[in-house]
Amino acid sequence: MNKCYINGVASITAQPTTNGKFLEDIISYNDIIFKADNPNYKDFIKPSAMRRMSKSVKMGVTASKMAMEQARLEMPDAIITGTGMGCRQDSEKFLEKILYDDEQFLTPTLFIQSTHNTVGGQIALGLQCKGYNLTYVQSSASFESSLIDAQLMLTEDSNKKIVVGGIDEIAKTSSKFHILNGELKQQPIPNLELLQSKTTGTLLSEGATFMVLDGEKSTKNIAEIVDIEMIYTASIEETKKNIEDFIARQGLKIQDIDAVILGNNGDRQFDTYYQSLQTSIFTNTQQLYYKHLIGDYHVASAFGYWLTCNIFKHNNVPSIVKMNNLEVDEHKNILLYNQYRGENHSIALVRKC
Amino acid sequence: MAELVEELKVKIIDQLSLEDIEVSDIGNDDPLFGDGLALDSIDALELIVLLEKEYGIKLTDPKQGKEIFQSVQIMADYITEHRTK
Repeated sequence: MNKCYINGVASITAQPTTNGKFLEDIISYNDIIFKADNPNYKDFIKPSAMRRMSKSVKMGVTASKMAMEQARLEMPDAIITGTGMGCRQDSEKFLEKILYDDEQFLTPTLFIQSTHNTVGGQIALGLQCKGYNLTYVQSSASFESSLIDAQLMLTEDSNKKIVVGGIDEIAKTSSKFHILNGELKQQPIPNLELLQSKTTGTLLSEGATFMVLDGEKSTKNIAEIVDIEMIYTASIEETKKNIEDFIARQGLKIQDIDAVILGNNGDRQFDTYYQSLQTSIFTNTQQLYYKHLIGDYHVASAFGYWLTCNIFKHNNVPSIVKMNNLEVDEHKNILLYNQYRGENHSIALVRKC
Repeated sequence: MAELVEELKVKIIDQLSLEDIEVSDIGNDDPLFGDGLALDSIDALELIVLLEKEYGIKLTDPKQGKEIFQSVQIMADYITEHRTK
């Protein structure tokens, strides 16, 4: 596999992650569903273009522009996005109009804006980018699917510069369905006490994380995505073996991993996957988490890459993301592992450049 | 007529999500497309739906839109003459 470098990364989440600080001002919530913290979208999108954009489009366009600015890239060769639910706000509005207007008077804007590839399309339109443009809709493996596609593209041609991102938004009605089906907590809890929760389900939020990937070594490189693996289903024991095998395939040992970033989301039933690793192969490894800050959603795992890049850039780990007390002088290899309800396991190794 | 013109401006701002634009920013004779509000072809479709939904006017020939949507005043004149609700 060819090299895959991250030259820029930006994330809009429920925390102020676009202010240039590294998780210094933390917002606490006491709700089951909480919204993303909006940057000033007008700094990035013309008002004439923004008026038709739902939140996911605004978040996606803005995060992609931030990542491109950081990578000093004006025109990518490809735009690849991942989303679990797509533009669900406008999908809801469109369905409501069908219902309340008795299938009459349907306007084009909501329909155009309600497709899953709207964000990728709007980014391309804004840039006038006519290159490869694809959106992966693979539940909680959506972002990783787009990442693997980008990696394959860089294997064919290392000169390509690719914008890769994950976007998901909260909608007024359908987001609450996840309370009914038990995927979310039944009662509000403080997000910062997520891991103390003794109940099933998680907290839902929204966000967009974008990266600029490049196959060429340069001074712009922040980190290298050494490898990524996806496994649809696995038991706890199989997961442990899968991770050990993954690390061995990189020619590394467990002790070579400086930190592991886990997707603990406070769901008593499925956090056992992470806890099993925390108390076995990663006992002596620095353990980090982030879903207590940004909530969970189908592409929340993309935030792990933002966190990793910022650890490398700042050479510092904010205490708010630490699950144990182990300290590391300098991070070189960070392993990311995420799963959602026992499915869509993703393992990735990211190395400092 | 003045009442209808004001009502129309409010509905256009709402239907087309014209952020940062107030009723007072739209002149009765300002062109809606091109130099004025700089609306585009999707907005034209939205305006056709607005006419049908709010005033019961169904445009069958898209070319009509080009004439009717020249300004708010021309739209109001057309609505006054053709409205069914």
